[in-house]
Amino acid sequence: MIEARALTKTFRDRKRGEIRAVDAVSFRVEPGRIYGLLGANGAGKTTALRLLATLLQPTAGTATVAGFDVVRDPEKVRASVGFLAASTALYGRLTAREMIAYFGRLNGLDEAEIGTRLDRLADELDMREFLDRRCEKLSTGMKQKTSIARTLIHDPAVMIFDEPTLGLDVMTARAIVRFVRECRDRGKTVIYSTHVMSEVEKLCDTVGVIHGGRLLAEGTPAELQARTGQQDMEEVFVRLAGIEESA
Amino acid sequence: MNARNLLTVYLKELKDSLRDRRTLLSMVIIPVFVMPTLVFAIGRIGSQAYARAREEVPAVMVVGGEDSPDVVAALRRSPRFRIVPATSDYRQLISDKKIRAAVRIPAGFEAGLRTGMGGPVVILHYQGELKSGFAVGELEAFFRDLRDRTVAASLAAHGLPPSIVAPFAVRRENVAAPEKVGGNAVGGLVPYVIIMLCFSGAVYPAVDLTAGEKERGTMETLLCSPVARIDIVLGKFLMVLTSSLCAMALSLVSMTLTLLIVGSMSGGVARAASTMVAQADGGALALVAPAGIAGVLAMVLPVAVLFSALLLTIALFAKSTKEAQTYLMPLAFVVLLPVVIGLLPGVELNSRLALVPLLNLSLVSREMLSGVWHWPYIALIFASSCAYAAIALVLAVRMFQREDVLFRS
Repeated sequence: MIEARALTKTFRDRKRGEIRAVDAVSFRVEPGRIYGLLGANGAGKTTALRLLATLLQPTAGTATVAGFDVVRDPEKVRASVGFLAASTALYGRLTAREMIAYFGRLNGLDEAEIGTRLDRLADELDMREFLDRRCEKLSTGMKQKTSIARTLIHDPAVMIFDEPTLGLDVMTARAIVRFVRECRDRGKTVIYSTHVMSEVEKLCDTVGVIHGGRLLAEGTPAELQARTGQQDMEEVFVRLAGIEESA
Repeated sequence: MNARNLLTVYLKELKDSLRDRRTLLSMVIIPVFVMPTLVFAIGRIGSQAYARAREEVPAVMVVGGEDSPDVVAALRRSPRFRIVPATSDYRQLISDKKIRAAVRIPAGFEAGLRTGMGGPVVILHYQGELKSGFAVGELEAFFRDLRDRTVAASLAAHGLPPSIVAPFAVRRENVAAPEKVGGNAVGGLVPYVIIMLCFSGAVYPAVDLTAGEKERGTMETLLCSPVARIDIVLGKFLMVLTSSLCAMALSLVSMTLTLLIVGSMSGGVARAASTMVAQADGGALALVAPAGIAGVLAMVLPVAVLFSALLLTIALFAKSTKEAQTYLMPLAFVVLLPVVIGLLPGVELNSRLALVPLLNLSLVSREMLSGVWHWPYIALIFASSCAYAAIALVLAVRMFQREDVLFRS
């Protein structure tokens, strides 16, 4: 489970002064559910997810991830989280197998355990063919599969996806979306950030609309559509974010 | 800190680096092949140029001396010069290196010799030019010999023995052991080469493992793991240190082997070249106290730690490899400065200089290679180097905790 309570992150910028990238954001994600964080570029999605993954420390507020507090137990939080983002790359000079095994070791697994899990993941994700090829030689699709296996090697209870389909072709993006659904079906707690409206509609059980670092609205896609009187998710988003005039 | 995690990070970085051509280049190829080849080639070219300059019979012009035919004839007969016809632009000819030197013989010189009033002979030359220098040496030897013979003849004419102008001899006798002589000669250069290799061996991995990872997006992937940041940064630091020490050790071994092989070939030119190699690197094992080499290596260890941690800290701050290189290039000059000061004559080790990083290493190395062991200074230098290294390491660890640095974009 994920529970964010007044999560806040401010940055200091020499030109712009204090920036509230995430401003008192609170939400809750139950196991077996997908929470979609919907926002434009620069809305604060990545910062919010980095706070949950303990890559950044909150300025104020806190969050509990898989039962651990992000401020007090960041290492335990990370051990319970699989974090996949467009910005999390692979080590080009390691093979796919070495890459996954390395993260198994970093997560405290022993070699036998890593071997068993790697075998299972390779079968599930159909990776046998390229498992011993260096990551720099892999196609985009193969790289994504390797990244997915990397996030799953320690079987985390919580999955955090930060715009994972960014820059991917349609087929690879579809495979990612399918994988996110599978995570939910396995009972994992999933949070998924995107600015692609169609993905939200297809995937998310609950959607949080974030703009200017603040969570402006929350509900199921149907609830948000009803609240705004719009069917199209793009229209829903524009209404909720109140950015119609400037858009 | 978790030793298992630290080791996991280190071993991965090691494997990754050994697969990287650029790391291999700075860690293995340059120290093993390029550096000895370069030093040997410079030595060989230098010794050949020196030998060729020595073989040349210098062109010398005699200015004046019309009334000193015997002296001019003796100069012409000497196989050590080639006397060229006199012209008025001899100064220009020397500057243009068309002749190596000119000798101006005053009027009435030969007649003056008989009365002991020969007047001054002036040798005109090109200061700092090797071949001109050789010509001056030969001319001075010629006129010294002429003066001695003149004095001896004059004394004989008065029935006096030659010893009356040289009642006693002055000669030098060296009491310093050969390694002390060698230590003084190469003592400043050995740490210079070692420090440069330590530095250059650490630069590439320091950049690749920090700014390089940020640029490639693997830093964020790594930070997602539950491993504490201190374990990650120390694992990376160990890799940079490995590369630094590896570059230094491989280079020393390679240079020593090159020297031994060249020595065993034992040709005249090879011997000359190897002497020059010996002057330029740590391969001068035969010339310096062996314990001195071990001492220098021990003193270099904390400095290698200092370099590795410092380079890691600076490179970590950069958001791209390009930016990191911009920061590190000037650092190479900063590193060189104290080492060069240590090479200057008259700069001696004292308790104040013992606290100046790098300069203290340079000075103490010179002493140790000469077989001089000032234990209080050695202890002070080792302790201060360790303290600087520790500070640099703490800085690196702190830098790795900073979000604004890790996620700088």
